[in-house]
Amino acid sequence: MIIRHHLSDPLLIAYAAGNLPEAFGLVAATHISMCDDCRARLGAFEAVGGALVETEAVALSPGSLEATLARLGLPEARKPVAKRSILPTPLTDYVGGDLAAVKWKPLGMGVRQAILPTGTGATARLLHIPAGQAVPDHGHRGTELTLVLRGAFRDATDRFGPGDLEIASEDLEHTPVAEAGEDCICLAATDAPLRFKSLMPRLLQPLFRI
Amino acid sequence: MAQDFFDPIAIFARKLSMLLDLAPVSRPYGPVPKPLDRKRSVRVLHGMGQARVSDTANETDWAALMVAVRDRQDKAAFAALFQHFAPRVKGFLMKSGTEAGIAEECAQEVMATLWTKAQLYDPARASVATWVFTIARNRRIDVARKARRPEPEALDWGPDSEPDQAEVYETAQETARLTAALSDLPEKQRALIQRAFYGELSHSEIAAETGLPLGTIKSRIRLALDRLRQKMT
Repeated sequence: MIIRHHLSDPLLIAYAAGNLPEAFGLVAATHISMCDDCRARLGAFEAVGGALVETEAVALSPGSLEATLARLGLPEARKPVAKRSILPTPLTDYVGGDLAAVKWKPLGMGVRQAILPTGTGATARLLHIPAGQAVPDHGHRGTELTLVLRGAFRDATDRFGPGDLEIASEDLEHTPVAEAGEDCICLAATDAPLRFKSLMPRLLQPLFRI
Repeated sequence: MAQDFFDPIAIFARKLSMLLDLAPVSRPYGPVPKPLDRKRSVRVLHGMGQARVSDTANETDWAALMVAVRDRQDKAAFAALFQHFAPRVKGFLMKSGTEAGIAEECAQEVMATLWTKAQLYDPARASVATWVFTIARNRRIDVARKARRPEPEALDWGPDSEPDQAEVYETAQETARLTAALSDLPEKQRALIQRAFYGELSHSEIAAETGLPLGTIKSRIRLALDRLRQKMT
């Protein structure tokens, strides 16, 4: 898998700092599971966090070491790494199983979605777009992250294949089209509702929480 | 300090540092400690809870202490790690906006997690400070937001593949190198990095800041990537 579109430095720093909304964190964790480059970059940003930890010490109250020694639990054994499924592990945790366990809901024109349960600040969903199908033309009020898990899509900016992440902000308006040949499955997260151009998707927006 | 004997590891580390154009440190290519020796690592402990400065590296070998916790549930090694890192975790959490009492409680929990999750520690992948940072960060998310933090898939290799000693050394040194690089930064840039890592800036606020100095960590990325590729093939 050759990945050409990666997490940006700001997204990785915010993820390393633990300051991304959960839905964006899920996209980041899933991309990193597929991408060595971003895994290495995350490690480097976490090392900066390690250096910051070294800089500021505040004395603990007396007896805190003894209190901690008294509460030490049994060391946990290392869990064997789960067998690779179609969905990377961070996603199987949210789906509650592999791709077959996804509870798809129709969005119209053959497009299906499954909203994943995440905390406030942003929403995450899996999208299933039939080969050759277009997603209605839309703009963005905030940030939209779209990670391709299977198949590929194209928009005016580029082609996005498995592992590729498109970061769309307010200045991008696009009509993603799934490539012919294979259905496209994506993980998408937004921190603000999308802006659809035509009336029909706009009317349906509240219903589909998109 | 005896530096004049032939030491291939030191030569290799020096070449590596030059190649990668690492950020300058006050003691640039200082003496390289001998490979971690599990029997020897006990000797860096001097009495209960007192970490003695190791004579080979002029600094405590935290990774060796962590390995002693991991492999032998060594409580004296844990106590030494606690004395150093618990006050720093408390300081870090307070800087991140946590109230002192909760920060103290969390610091104890973070150190207890260090103990229970010790099996996950790999000295070639992260310095102890970096590892402590990730545990403290996760604890902060639990406390502040009651939200989950999705973690990337674990890699199918871990601490029981015997790590390369030059990599262990490089990783152990990186905290010192990054700390030095941070303190060399102009005040404005340093403050920006602190605010980003203390969780005060959202990703779009970080993106809007143009002065974020990221050059110092690029070499680290290359090193980590080489190691990942090597292990995955």
